[in-house]
Amino acid sequence: MAKSLFEKVWDAHAVRTLANGQTQLLIGTHLIHEVTSPQAFGMLRDLNLPVLMPTRTFATVDHIVPTDEFAEPYRDPLAQAMMDELRRNCAENNITFFDRGTGKQGIVHIVGPEQGITQPGTTIACGDSHTSTHGAFGAIAFGIGTTQIRDVLATQTMALGKLKVRRIEVNGTLPPGVYAKDVILHIIAQLGVNGGTGFAYEYAGSVFDNFSMEERMTVCNMSIEGGARVGYVNPDQTTVDYLEGRPYSPTGDDWPAAVARWLGFASDPGCHYDDVVVIDAAQIAPSVTWGINPGQGISIEQSIPDPALATSEDEKASIEEALEYMKLTPGAPIKGTPINVAFLGSCTNGRLSDFQEVARVIAGHKVAAGVKAIAVPGSQIVAAQCEKLGIDKVLTEAGFEWRAAGCSMCLAMNPDKLIGDQLCASSSNRNFKGRQGSTTGRTVLMSPVMVAAAAITGQVSDAREVFATGRN
Amino acid sequence: MALEKISSVVGQAVHVPGNDIDTDRIIPARFMKCVTFDGLGEYLFYDVRKDADGHDRAHPLNDERFKQATILLTGANFGCGSSREHAPQAIQKYGFRGIVAENFAEIFFGNCTTLGIPCAVATRADIARIAAAVAADPTTEVTIDVEAQQVRFGAETLPAEIRGSARDGLLNGRWDAIAELHEGVPQVRETAARLPYMAV
Repeated sequence: MAKSLFEKVWDAHAVRTLANGQTQLLIGTHLIHEVTSPQAFGMLRDLNLPVLMPTRTFATVDHIVPTDEFAEPYRDPLAQAMMDELRRNCAENNITFFDRGTGKQGIVHIVGPEQGITQPGTTIACGDSHTSTHGAFGAIAFGIGTTQIRDVLATQTMALGKLKVRRIEVNGTLPPGVYAKDVILHIIAQLGVNGGTGFAYEYAGSVFDNFSMEERMTVCNMSIEGGARVGYVNPDQTTVDYLEGRPYSPTGDDWPAAVARWLGFASDPGCHYDDVVVIDAAQIAPSVTWGINPGQGISIEQSIPDPALATSEDEKASIEEALEYMKLTPGAPIKGTPINVAFLGSCTNGRLSDFQEVARVIAGHKVAAGVKAIAVPGSQIVAAQCEKLGIDKVLTEAGFEWRAAGCSMCLAMNPDKLIGDQLCASSSNRNFKGRQGSTTGRTVLMSPVMVAAAAITGQVSDAREVFATGRN
Repeated sequence: MALEKISSVVGQAVHVPGNDIDTDRIIPARFMKCVTFDGLGEYLFYDVRKDADGHDRAHPLNDERFKQATILLTGANFGCGSSREHAPQAIQKYGFRGIVAENFAEIFFGNCTTLGIPCAVATRADIARIAAAVAADPTTEVTIDVEAQQVRFGAETLPAEIRGSARDGLLNGRWDAIAELHEGVPQVRETAARLPYMAV
């Protein structure tokens, strides 16, 4: 019988059915970081349980690391305590830790793929909702809570109900100057921030066929912003080419066998989907958010919504709440909104190709006076790649600060924060109230090239006009 | 590890209105700089409850009349965003024992269930009725009946769905799956042995 990738991976990892009807699902690869794991190790100690398969958990540190400070102890003793706790837990349990001294540290969702740990046909869990990123490889990757981290550490499994599968096909060709980030912002705006609840999203169509792995990761990363806990792309030659030669990729005779197995996980033609959504790529424009959730997005050419034109009381209330917080004028163009801060980075858009594309368009331009612009590579390896190519120089000459790898201002659990009601043009994934570290700080989500355009003009801008250029 | 069988939650309630209340709102990220969950209760909804100087703002949780509440009433897509278990932990440590909403975000729902917090789904109109009764008399006793999938207050009985596996777990004292998962470890090893990547 024809099966979707989701079903194939699920079936291969289903251990047994639990008494409540859920499945005990094997989690082949477990990724941990400093924020959500320490309590799980504490629970294990309380239960006197060991880590069942220490070689299947990999750790890095990302949320709390300062991006302008390497020496320890950090200025923030709470950050240092979390760092120390992760180190201790990894050492005591023989867990591989990509610590800052290894040159391989970075945001967990960037480290897994670049090490080749993230592979097709696998199950992955991490105490972080953006774990859906790894679905770009045709893995089924779940964001989990801390109690489930404990479950995975102790049993390499967790209890889960099966998700439905919605195929989202984006067909045709993206217009020039439209990026993967615009695709996912468009999808979320169209299907809603909770439209994906209960679903795994299978992204497909010619746009995804032609996307690089990094572009696929950007889209899968934000699945959860549309309510979908899992998002994936079927593995293909692009996936295989990306993984070849990575540190944890199979080698020798194991390589062709792995490739054959991986490609076999792709959804079969004619398999059942619980829902199918078809989107025309030509309709997608450079997108930005105007509100306080990632579904409140519009194209750069559109105006800020007017609550008076809302089609329901609910919509009216949510527009009013958002505009009050964002201090934006209903009906005004979003283009031209002044910005204070420009942030390039995060697990959504902190990869080599993101910085490469910004460097390509920004060369010769300068960040506007009064704008604080920071570029934060997603990993130490991304940083090294950028530095080797001189991308850091291009960015710093343009007026960006070039920082060390981490989550940085995406969620501001480190010194990188907005101040007061600063408005940030951000390549990150969430525009929630207070998300970037100030209780009145404002976030406008957009692609890295749009962040670069905003940084240069000092206002939300159409990058196609600023750089008079399009897609590669 | 014997767990409590949670067939109902009974107590006063408070209405925190709004849709798409995200887990950053429930517990701002800066309060996650900790290595235990202890003490999170006092930071629940911190940035909407407190002003920049740490003084109380107008918020239902700051209203003396609702200080005894153990049931949280709210809107749609509650708990969206970050997977942080710090959010349900803060809700539980603040003193809440159950939540009634129009619907819940996926990861948050699972995190609550595994802590033994029933998440009941009711219609907006019904939540408004409970909220009106509670506003009129904050001492109104509200019951989330997990078994019957109902919310009751005064003479009213309203339907409130609790998804199958969660309901089963709560009713049968297996909402925390660790014991059952651990029993399955021999089969876990068999499943893992069939997957070449697990050999690494």
